[in-house]
Parts: sequence; C-alpha cells; structure tokens
Amino acid sequence: MVKKILAKSYVYLILILMYIPIFVLIVFSFTNSDSVGIWNGFSLELYSRLFRNEEIMIAVGNTIIIALISAICSTILGTLGAIGVFYSKRRTKALVENLNQIPVVNAEIVMALSLTFMFVFCGSYIFKDNIFSFWTILFGHMVLETPFVYLNVKPKLIQMDPSLYEAALDLGCSPRKAMYKVMLPQIAPGVLSGFMLALTLSLDDFIVTAFLSGPGLLSGAGKIQTISTFIQNSIKKKIVPPELRALTTIIFLVVVIATILVIFYQKRQNNRSSARFLTKEQIKIRNIKRLIIGGISLIILITVISLLIAFI
Amino acid sequence: MKFRFQRKFLAIPYFIFLILFIVLPILFIIYYAFTDSNGFFTFDAVVDFFTSTNKLNVLLLSLMFAMLNTIICLVIGYPIAYILSNTKFNANAVIVMLFVMPMWINFVLRTWATRDVLTWIGLDGGTHPYLATMIGLIYNYLPFVILPLYNVMLKLDKSQIEAAMDLGCNRLQVFTKSIFPQSIPGVVSAAMMVFMPTMSSYVISDVLSEGQVVLFGNLIYLNFSNSQWNYGSFISLFMLALVAISMLISRNFTEKSTTNKKESSKW
Repeated sequence: MVKKILAKSYVYLILILMYIPIFVLIVFSFTNSDSVGIWNGFSLELYSRLFRNEEIMIAVGNTIIIALISAICSTILGTLGAIGVFYSKRRTKALVENLNQIPVVNAEIVMALSLTFMFVFCGSYIFKDNIFSFWTILFGHMVLETPFVYLNVKPKLIQMDPSLYEAALDLGCSPRKAMYKVMLPQIAPGVLSGFMLALTLSLDDFIVTAFLSGPGLLSGAGKIQTISTFIQNSIKKKIVPPELRALTTIIFLVVVIATILVIFYQKRQNNRSSARFLTKEQIKIRNIKRLIIGGISLIILITVISLLIAFI
Repeated sequence: MKFRFQRKFLAIPYFIFLILFIVLPILFIIYYAFTDSNGFFTFDAVVDFFTSTNKLNVLLLSLMFAMLNTIICLVIGYPIAYILSNTKFNANAVIVMLFVMPMWINFVLRTWATRDVLTWIGLDGGTHPYLATMIGLIYNYLPFVILPLYNVMLKLDKSQIEAAMDLGCNRLQVFTKSIFPQSIPGVVSAAMMVFMPTMSSYVISDVLSEGQVVLFGNLIYLNFSNSQWNYGSFISLFMLALVAISMLISRNFTEKSTTNKKESSKW
C-alpha cells in the first residue's frame, strides 16, 4: 500500500514538474504585465492584443499553412512510395528502406545545412536567382516528414490480406479501382497516423524553417516566419511580446482537445471489434453519443479556424 | 509496347524524391567538407577541426551534455515507465498520454516557457548557463525516453519475473536478472532518441544559456552564419559519422536481443 502511494506520488510529481512552465505562462497570460512573476490583476488584455498583433498572427497563419500543405504532400508521396516499394523486388526494397532511414536518424541541423547548400547551388548555377521561398521550406519539411509517413504505412501493408486484392481483380475490378476500394481502406489507419505525425513534425520544426526560409506567403517581402522562428528571433532581440503567453494558452487548449479526440478515437477502434453484436437500443445510444461528440468537436474546430481567419 | 500499370511504379516518385533531396544534399556536404572557398581539394577543414582546441572543447562538452542528459532522463523515466506499465498501480493510458502531450506543443514555445520560469526563480542563463541548459534538455527529452520504455515494459514476460521470485531471488536480484535484461531494447532505443539529438541541439542551448553554452548544433550554425561553409560542412560530416556509428551500435544491440529471444523460444 505504501509502495503504491509512493509510486503514484512519484509519477504525479514528475508530471507536475513537466507542466509547471506551461502552466505558469497560462496563469500569467491573464494579467497584463510584461514579464512572468509580476501580477497586475486579472485582465484579458493580452488576448485582445494577441489578435491585433499582426506579426504573431502572420506567423501562426504561416505555420498552419506550411504544416497542412507539407503534411498532405508528404502523406501522398510516402503512401504511394510505401505501396510501390512493397511490391518491388527485394533489392530495391532494401535500397529504399536504407535511404529512408537516413533522415530519420540524421541530425536535423545537418539535413537543413545540406539542403541549404543544394538550394544555394541550384540558385546560383541553374536558376540564376535566389530560390529561397515557400517552396524551399515545403521541400525541407517534406524531407523531414515523408520517411515517417512511409514507416507508418509499411506495417499496415504487411498486415494486409493480399488475397482480398486478388479477389477484387478476379471479380472484375481494374487494378486502379481495386487499389481505391480494397487496398486503401485497409491501410487507412496507417496513412492517418502518418499524416498526424507529419503535421506535428512540421508544427514543431524550427531548424529547417530557419535555414530554408525566404520571402513569400503571408509575410510578403520579408522572410517567412513561423511560430518557432518568430519566438527565437524575438528572444534574440530581447523583446519577447507578452502576447505570446496568450498564444501558449490557446495552443495548449487546442492540444488538449486534440488529445481527447485521439483518446476517443482509439477507444472506438478498440471497441469496434467487440461492438459488432449490439442491440438496436445500444446502437441508437452510440450514434447519439457520436453525434454529440462530433458536433462539439466540429463547433470547436470551426470557432478556432474562424477566429484565425478573422484575425489574420 | 503498351504501357501496363504495375503497382511498383508507384514508388518511382518517392525514389526520385529520396535521391534528389536526401542523397544529393549529403554529396554537397561531402564536397564542401573537402574543398576550400575556391573549390580546390584540401584537408583544411579536417586539420582545422582536430587542431582547434575550441572546437574539440565543443565536442567534449556536447558529449558530456549528451551523456548526462541520457543518464538523467533514463534514471527519471525508467521508474515512471515501469510504474505506468504495471497494472498493479492501476495507472492507465491517459497518464501516458499526459506525459506525451507536451511534445505536441511547439518546442520553441516550451523552451521559452522554461526560460521564463527559470529566470523567475533566479536560474537565468546569464548566471547559471550550464544548469539552465541541462534543465531545459531534460525537460524536453523526458517524453522521448518514457514512450519507448513504456512500450517495452508492456511486453515484459510476467511469468519470468514470477519464476525468479519463486526461485528465491530478492527484489534487487529480480530487477537485475529479469526485469532490466528484458527492457534493454527499450533502454537502447530511448538512449538513441536522446543522445544524438542532444549533441546536435541548437535552440535549447542557445535560448537557455543566452548563447554561452555551445553544443555541436550551435557550432554548425555559427560556422554557417559566419559563412565558413567548409568548416561547417566538415563538422556536419563528423556529426553524420557519429550518428551512423551509434546507429550501428544500437542495431547490434537490438539484433542480439531478438536472436536471444529466438534462441530461448527454441527451448
């Protein structure tokens, strides 16, 4: 009993320690002082200032746009690659797997540096112009993400039942249709988790963006700033806008909601196998539950997106 | 000849992508590492790296930081992973989720938060650069240790542990003879997740020590921003070699453990 309490308190102690910095920022986002530690009374001023701060809003918008586009591109590329490699000869397979492993283990800064060299070379000898722009960031992020998409899709392909695809062909499907109707639904969970991972990698990235950034996107003539590079730059300049504390709160809320949704999704996946034999009543209740959860999450999503759009 | 659709053709775009954006850039690094600013072949960067006490100091410091960070994270994370995987303490997946959740918040933002709090309690980078950097590193890499360890601990062979107890092992012996050997693959992969990224980390040391602690990543960045590309490339190449070596070592470890399992399953 004592052991159990000790173990539990240890876990919770570390957990609390891990969340302290974020919680401190969140608490001090509800006052209008310039630095953490000074409490000027409750106010929501930082929040209204956050949405009127053009630089931060542009950085947030850039981050989201880059993350979505690069995640979608790398999911398509990685999924097609995984399917193709799965049906290739053993030697091609081994070659691609080894190449795929390089960016996974390689230090991010080395990768960013090597890409910078290549883009500088292309810019000076092939395009005769500075090519650093949204496109270089996009390719940089895709290098970061695609290997992980590949690694997420691969196990699903191995688990897949190959006879289903053949059966579809025998029953008159064209190979393309069989791919859409039979293969894709089977590997969909892997594709989805690959997409989510790609999204988080892109949202979290600092070094690749810092090295490969150029003019373009929402920032116009200046270098493209994402949240990461914006914070780093303002720390360098020693003027960190306190509005960022409000941004932390919002990001934290979004993350919490996303986590809850993921937990629900996993539970549903787990329940699915056991939930095949339900009575009509149970199905009705389940559907209502799903509707409510879906509705709430949809409303939250829409408000977040519309807030973003309204203030950019 | 008529073009026939084959599924393996789908890999062609990805293959081209891999060659263009992963293999080619590394060739550029190799090229720059062994040439001077006029493009002539030279070993200048190599000689410079191994004779400059400054750069060797950075190497030593990064190795120390990486080692310390790995050990501390393992010491803190190992019990947590064990407790969370142990159903006796009826901990569930939600708490694991809570440990992983900070990873989804932008890490520069998290580092900035750590910096603010450390400054508030008087441990700012100006006066305690090493301590502040160490705290930031532990804070950032702890989730990366807990997750792989937890996944391995879930698969611990409970009957072996019970057998060890029945055969008269005391608690310490159960740990050293049964639990720890079984969890070695998790320990190795957790160490891999921490060691190399710590060496090459840039943001954490830069932000938390106000530029006073220079790790390998900072050195590469400094060389790049001072437009000493040749030196920077050689350091990157060195980093790449370190990563490759550590990969080989860890692969050796995991293969050994899988073969061990195969052998034991024969019996």
